[in-house]
Amino acid sequence: METFSQSFATAFAMLVTHDPRLFRIVGLSVAVSLASTAASALIGLPLGAAVAVARFRGRSVLVVAMNAAMGLPPVVAGLVVYLVLSRSGPLGPLGLLFTPPAMVIAQTLLIAPIIAALTRQVIEDAWSEYRDQLESLGSSLAQSTMTLLWDTRYALATVLLSGFGRASAEVGSIIIVGGNIDGVTRVMTTAIALETSKGDLALALGLGVVLLTLVTAVNVGVHALREWARVRHG
Amino acid sequence: MGDVERFAGVPIALAGVSVERRGMCVLDGVDLVIPGGRRTVILGANGAGKTTLLKVLHGLVAPTHGKVSWGEFDAAPGRQAMVFQRPVLLRRSALANVLHALALAGIRGTEARVRAHEALQSVGLAAIGHRSARVLSGGEQQRLALARALALAPELVLLDEPTSSLDPAAARSVEAFVSGIHARGTTVVMTTHRLGEARRLADGIVMLAEGRVTEHTPAARFFETPVSEEGRLFLEGERS
Repeated sequence: METFSQSFATAFAMLVTHDPRLFRIVGLSVAVSLASTAASALIGLPLGAAVAVARFRGRSVLVVAMNAAMGLPPVVAGLVVYLVLSRSGPLGPLGLLFTPPAMVIAQTLLIAPIIAALTRQVIEDAWSEYRDQLESLGSSLAQSTMTLLWDTRYALATVLLSGFGRASAEVGSIIIVGGNIDGVTRVMTTAIALETSKGDLALALGLGVVLLTLVTAVNVGVHALREWARVRHG
Repeated sequence: MGDVERFAGVPIALAGVSVERRGMCVLDGVDLVIPGGRRTVILGANGAGKTTLLKVLHGLVAPTHGKVSWGEFDAAPGRQAMVFQRPVLLRRSALANVLHALALAGIRGTEARVRAHEALQSVGLAAIGHRSARVLSGGEQQRLALARALALAPELVLLDEPTSSLDPAAARSVEAFVSGIHARGTTVVMTTHRLGEARRLADGIVMLAEGRVTEHTPAARFFETPVSEEGRLFLEGERS
């Protein structure tokens, strides 16, 4: 086994020489995380906003369910998607299991509730502030929802970035539905787990550095966006 | 004749209007006629129900009991605008805030831009229309809220303590605005704690105490010889 310092040196060399194996894994990771965040946004933003402004029977139950779903264990999400996509499952004929789309579906199942629940909170807070004003202007519920979504765009952008960060660091569900197949479904987190168990610390460390950089960059982005919005729009 | 034209200058009548919230009676059997084309100032202590009364007049709050009629209409015709004590401005430019209100009223394109520009100009904000509304000063934000209301060319303007957080100069500009829209025949109903402002602006005074109207008299008479005990105490509080 390489020593710790040797592993670091090799990892650094892989990064600076743009090792194709490492960057293929990074590329797939980013693509899967972006796709699942986009899909989650399409589901979570309107769902969260609608629940925030609408009043209907069972709303409290739905809010509790949305909040509870934020804590859905990744391996459970992976297992559910596995069962649905497996050959004997309802979507088995689509042949998606052990493909990147299956990983996107599993991550969407994890991220969409987070985005929906956080969106509901952001929009509900804004709605309590804006409601009288918007209603006095004759704004319909649908128009108010659109106005709130746009007016809280910076807060919602940080919600989406948080979702992306969660997706890129997730391993439990995608290893079940993706299978960690080299060159097909291997992403940073699953590769780190595998390479560490094999003793190839260089690749694991290299990927770890990239993953840490990515997550840090997302958090820096969130902070910078909030500060910029605070200065620009108050 | 359209609804809008028929609404212009007509009185708003409240008959036995009560509003209850969470078991509390906020308005209690209010009988009141707000004359069209006049400036009515609602006075009363904090918690007297002034803001709720404005919301009822706007059609934002439905009475728990009683009836409101706008002229011959049972529902607010939609040609009224309300400026809140703390105006809520959208996180976009001052101009975009006015355009948003106009878009909700179905006015878009060139007409909307012309109206928005005129409204901003009338409150002295045309030069900073591009600036984000939320970073404007308190006085500028209040003037922007007035411009947003003005752009809609309302027949009825409801102002909820529009000068409460403003310095004297900004308060004066709001008073000038009220006088300006009144001169065009717009009905103005406003609440205030500033008796000097009420003296300068009001044609009529409504005195509200614990959700009940204790007095509705011409302004000159109210300030000379208030009819109700609440009115007398309110004026005494100002003098002491």
